[in-house]
Amino acid sequence: MATYDFVFRALGLEEWCEADGGAAAPMSMEALVAQNSGEEASTSIWELPFPSMDALNEACGAFPQSRNVTLGLENGFLAVKDSISVVLDPITQPLSWMLEGALYAILNTPWWIVIPLLLAIVWFVSKSWRLLAFVALSIGGLAFIDYYSYAMQTLAIILVCAFLCVLLGVPIGIAMSRSDKMRAGTIPILDMLQTLPPFVYLIPLIFLFSVTEPKLYGIAIILYAIVPVIRLTDLGIRMVDESVIEAAEAFGMTDRQKLYGVQIPLALPNIMAGVNQTIMMSLAMVVIASLVSAPGLGVLVLRGINNLELGVGLVSGLGIVLLAVMLDRTTKAALDRINAAQKG
Amino acid sequence: MSASEKKTKIAIRHLYKIFGADPASVLDAVKAGMGKEELLDTHRHVLGLNNINVDIKEGDITVMMGLSGSGKSTLIRHLNRLIEPTAGEVELDGVDVVGVNEKELRRLRREEMSMVFQHFALLPHRTVLENAGMALDVRGVPRSEYESEAHKWLDRVGLQGVGDQFPHQLSGGMQQRVGIARALTSNSPVMLMDEAFSALDPLIRTDMQDLLLELQAELKKTVVFISHDLDEALKLADHLVILKDGYVVQQGEPQDILMRPNDPYIVDFISDINRARVLRVRSVMEETDHRPDTVAGEVDWDDNLESVIARSEGQTDLTYCVMRDGKQVGVLKMTNLVKALVPTAAAEDGLRSGAA
Repeated sequence: MATYDFVFRALGLEEWCEADGGAAAPMSMEALVAQNSGEEASTSIWELPFPSMDALNEACGAFPQSRNVTLGLENGFLAVKDSISVVLDPITQPLSWMLEGALYAILNTPWWIVIPLLLAIVWFVSKSWRLLAFVALSIGGLAFIDYYSYAMQTLAIILVCAFLCVLLGVPIGIAMSRSDKMRAGTIPILDMLQTLPPFVYLIPLIFLFSVTEPKLYGIAIILYAIVPVIRLTDLGIRMVDESVIEAAEAFGMTDRQKLYGVQIPLALPNIMAGVNQTIMMSLAMVVIASLVSAPGLGVLVLRGINNLELGVGLVSGLGIVLLAVMLDRTTKAALDRINAAQKG
Repeated sequence: MSASEKKTKIAIRHLYKIFGADPASVLDAVKAGMGKEELLDTHRHVLGLNNINVDIKEGDITVMMGLSGSGKSTLIRHLNRLIEPTAGEVELDGVDVVGVNEKELRRLRREEMSMVFQHFALLPHRTVLENAGMALDVRGVPRSEYESEAHKWLDRVGLQGVGDQFPHQLSGGMQQRVGIARALTSNSPVMLMDEAFSALDPLIRTDMQDLLLELQAELKKTVVFISHDLDEALKLADHLVILKDGYVVQQGEPQDILMRPNDPYIVDFISDINRARVLRVRSVMEETDHRPDTVAGEVDWDDNLESVIARSEGQTDLTYCVMRDGKQVGVLKMTNLVKALVPTAAAEDGLRSGAA
């Protein structure tokens, strides 16, 4: 006899319960224990169980157990997985190509081209000798201890993913800034993407794509890192001085002129801050993504954990920190130069 | 007054603006005479503008004056439809601005009306020159073509050689000069100025007022100027509109309003201004071409009373001939002048009879 028998009796559902045969569902642990010890389930008010699915299942065998929820979700996902893949596969294929291309290019270009090129970019965006020296030393140091190719792989993945984040995130941010409805709909999704533990994205992605495909980790990184650039684009455009917008309207600007001539340029400091955050977050995710075959420094970190190779883990971790500092300082220097040019 | 001969450039007709969830639903109540406070209490709507009727004459400076919350900034934004009215018309050269489509509205904003803002509202990421040329840039004129025009107007407002700087590198007064140059470069016949000088400190404000009057003497634009400062309003206005709680309390020639205020609110307003500096001989003189026997001298009809007092050295028994373009148009008795200086609040009736 179970606690909630009376519910089903009162509803007249006993037949339905019996008909489906109580034995069909697997027994819960407590039921098994209770059966073996030969005791009746206690009905003391102190031990009244919450009317959960398992408790109700005890009373009525036809009622599903809670494990059916997760099982159902899994089965449902597996059922639609193939049709989702048909759509998602071709759409995301370019991501695989881009990642493969970037990895191939950065590894097959001689170091004496790649390193000066990177330094030239750093100089172009920052115009700072100190930063240039720091980057040169860091990359040189990583190369010296033979971590060059790992570091470059990580860098290539981050650059591709951050580029795509900006490409997708800025238009989404602009759309959000223009429509409050769009904003209200998007913000919960962004919140979810930001708080969902990164490992959790990986599970459905593993089902959808093969683990050997680069787009698997590419998507995971983009989903995780795109949030700041969207949020800060929206915020930046909304924060543009109301009176400047009014002036733009009073002089007869079209929406397009307003967007490209006023809103985006004035939101640029915020957008750049978003890009900076996005790059930092892709760097954080690229390590986790090494679980699903993302190459680079993350693989070494993983090796350090798996094989308890303390030295490898520490050095590669330090390499990631160096990369992060380089990317952060470079984007911040670019941001400062924008700020200086248009100080509000 | 001579203003009546001028062509009406902008006609505001029965303009209402109600802010709130459903303005149309309370419009009838407002038309039936419900006031601002009652509307807020009973219907939770804010009355912005209440049956505004103003004729803005071509070539005049029309000043809309009122305290904050009187609806003056709301009103000026209806002229180029930055704010949509709840009911009523705004006619520019006989065309109802409220009814035009978006494309035509843009054309009006680009070519017919320019605007100067209280907080300058320059584009911070563009140079002074690019800001000055903004109106032409918006129309699609390439930089090489608008450059000379922008330079011309920057020079005209007294900004030489700052074209390549950014707005934040200039002082407030200079930024507003850029704002005025921007409005002038658009070469529009109508200029809307929303508290254009209120954010500037007093000395610079006086400079800017002089600049505006000087430009106006030359360009004869139709200027609509918003201000909360009575001295400024009296200095600039050809036609003065005084707003309170969203309705027009009184409008007319400033001298006329000073001499014949029709509302205690206006009496309050004008009670502590320097009347001698603002009032002009023409407002206090007796109109006649008969030359009295003893005249102490001749004064121009547009002189202010302060200068006449200075000339009379304080004697109150003198009589002056009032001249306009070399012809006598009236006589000014010092006794009348002194009467006109008595603040309106103290002697409203006496003034009314004595001034006409």
